[in-house]
Amino acid sequence: MSDTNKTDDAVIPQQASAPEKASEEREVLLKVEGLEKHFPIKKGILQRQVGAVKAVDGIDFEVRKGETLGVVGESGCGKSTMGRVITRLQDPTGGKVTFEGQDITHLSTAKMRPLRRDIQMIFQDPYGSLNPRHTIGSIVSAPFRLQGVEPEGGVKKEVQRLLELVGLSPEHYNRYPHEFSGGQRQRIGIARALALKPKLVVADEPVSALDVSIQAQVVNLMDDLQEELGLTYVIIAHDLSVVRHVSDRVAVMYLGKIVELADSTKLYESPMHPYTKALMSAVPVPDPKRRGQKSERILLRGDVPSPIAPPSGCRFHTRCWKATEICRTTEPVLLELRPGQRVACHHPENFADQAPQDTVLLTAAKEASELVGEAVLEEDAKTPAEPAAESEAETPAEAAEAPEASEDSTVAAQESQEPTGK
Amino acid sequence: MTELSKTGAAVGEPTPSNPSDAFLEVRDLKVHFPTDDGIVKSVDGLSFSLEKGKTLSIVGESGSGKSVTSLAIMGLHRLGARGKNVRMSGEIWLGGKELVGASPDEVRRLRGREMAMIFQDPLSAMHPYYKIGDQIVEAYRVHHNVSKKVARTRAIEMLDRVGIPEPAKRVDGYPHEFSGGMRQRAMIAMALVNNPELLIADEPTTALDVTVQAQILDLIRDLQKEFGSAVVLITHDLGVVAEIADDVLVMYGGRCVERGPVDEIFEKPQHPYTWGLLGSMPRIDRETSDRLIPVKGQPPSLINVPSGCAFHPRCPYADLPKGNVTRTVRPELQQVDGGHWSACHLSPEDRTRIWTEEIAPKL
Repeated sequence: MSDTNKTDDAVIPQQASAPEKASEEREVLLKVEGLEKHFPIKKGILQRQVGAVKAVDGIDFEVRKGETLGVVGESGCGKSTMGRVITRLQDPTGGKVTFEGQDITHLSTAKMRPLRRDIQMIFQDPYGSLNPRHTIGSIVSAPFRLQGVEPEGGVKKEVQRLLELVGLSPEHYNRYPHEFSGGQRQRIGIARALALKPKLVVADEPVSALDVSIQAQVVNLMDDLQEELGLTYVIIAHDLSVVRHVSDRVAVMYLGKIVELADSTKLYESPMHPYTKALMSAVPVPDPKRRGQKSERILLRGDVPSPIAPPSGCRFHTRCWKATEICRTTEPVLLELRPGQRVACHHPENFADQAPQDTVLLTAAKEASELVGEAVLEEDAKTPAEPAAESEAETPAEAAEAPEASEDSTVAAQESQEPTGK
Repeated sequence: MTELSKTGAAVGEPTPSNPSDAFLEVRDLKVHFPTDDGIVKSVDGLSFSLEKGKTLSIVGESGSGKSVTSLAIMGLHRLGARGKNVRMSGEIWLGGKELVGASPDEVRRLRGREMAMIFQDPLSAMHPYYKIGDQIVEAYRVHHNVSKKVARTRAIEMLDRVGIPEPAKRVDGYPHEFSGGMRQRAMIAMALVNNPELLIADEPTTALDVTVQAQILDLIRDLQKEFGSAVVLITHDLGVVAEIADDVLVMYGGRCVERGPVDEIFEKPQHPYTWGLLGSMPRIDRETSDRLIPVKGQPPSLINVPSGCAFHPRCPYADLPKGNVTRTVRPELQQVDGGHWSACHLSPEDRTRIWTEEIAPKL
């Protein structure tokens, strides 16, 4: 088994590099610049605005034709809002969305309508997104009715073809949603999204409500459909394993911002933003042998801060174990530090420090580093036994409390972090 | 085939090697719900045992009977109007007491004290109208004859123990004021307030983000070490299983199809359904340009469970054993080795060959 894996590994990077290059040259289908969505908070009888939930707070990215962009982040990071804004189900409060070169940020409902054919959405909840009083036939044919499209051979025939395409039987035409299981309903949702041959499909947690076995069926189906119909996907999900499997590029969101945007392989093999690293280290791996390897684990303290009053500077500084003064005061810009990998961080992992002069850790960072696995902090943490390593892990934090010693120890910690990720 | 049935008959009903060690023992548990459409056989002959200080993970698709099993152990099927619509048989032994035949009062005395449960969705499992602290105090005072003040101190202590910041303040908070992860922590505090010896966690982290999930799993593991309780963890996430379980029980169609130590289940699984579960999972630790290998088809109806092996309509190897046996004879659990059991008609040689040659290389 290990032999075959090794050969697989050796082959895959070569295969993967070819389509990557192609995607660089691919035409940009959707471009998002400085996108903002703030939800006002109103209080009092005059309903005066007293604040805003900054769900999406200035993000930039583009989606190229034929690729799959994965968007990950914890709940409340604004990924679903982002999906609804780029499909114009909600209006952005700032920024610009360009679809095929056309600015669609402020198009009216009527002007948006012809574009709805090209941009479709698959929703998370296969129970809530299908009208229980309509038959499958009427649900899947709704796009044709609304757009006034008469497909070749009639609507019914086309709907039945679509049902077959997504792996359902054409006889299901007259049935109701409650007669179907979760996985089948999600297929119905996919059939509806594909009815008008869209160019862009935004899928918000398309498989997270499904069982693993059914999830795999739907993931494979979406793969096949992309190949067959040349679709472009934006897949929003919180499951990093699923996103790794389906995506060409991945955007990691934290509190309304994109903190890292990179090719899937690069992101998963050498994440640069500490948050990305923490997020990935938290995913349980289905391999009991790796259970003991806690040294690579990064446990984040507490919850995501409120998007009503996000932290100053880098939003992640309250939970980051590398945070220094500059992180608290200056917001990092999303920069392409390596080809195909953009990251917004002053002290990125696996790369030269962007603010090397700033070495004094914040108090919060010292606390946070107690929960970071030794391998991440210490260079040669491959061997140490659990109890010994634990006391070692605390030393950089403790030493940092003495102002003079702090520089050396934190520099050492940061230097040692660089080679770990591989 | 003849050889198979012999071994099957010889072993018959699996019992733990040392029954006295088992703190929880379930024997041939059946939970059936009569409905207008027929009898729903949610759990149909399930046996397992669990020692103190150990964690058993029950995995399977929705509708495989995982949650029904846990509710049966907790004695929650017989409450209220639901109690009239359930038929239970078999035995559940908890610390030397039999629960299926016990009176509701007896079970109530154990519930919360000897055994406690963590539910998937803490928002619906907690009462929205009462303060977190009051709900924990209530759980404590049911089993301990102490003043409200003492119970409140205990509640604050528990909230602190599960890692809720400023417990003295948060004890007066309402569930809606807590975030998802904090709510789950509060529910764990409530479940553990009486130091139960059996903790059943039904998808405790499914609704949570991975970062919070890692925190909660750590917490469950630490608390288990501290209190030495037995833990039954119900989940569909094999990653979580690999992370926390000692033993794994795979359920399909209301029955156990495979069970064994966690390393064995992941290294040499013996049932095609377990293979399917492993093949369905996208992995974060590997470059996967290949397609996933899903289990084809849909989970079975529990009213008309397929004849023979319940998995045969979805099993790619159903035609391998001779004589149509997969469609006519229900396979019994057979010992693979040690504590590893599997219910499959495939010969051990076939299983080893298929796993090592066909399945494992693709994972």
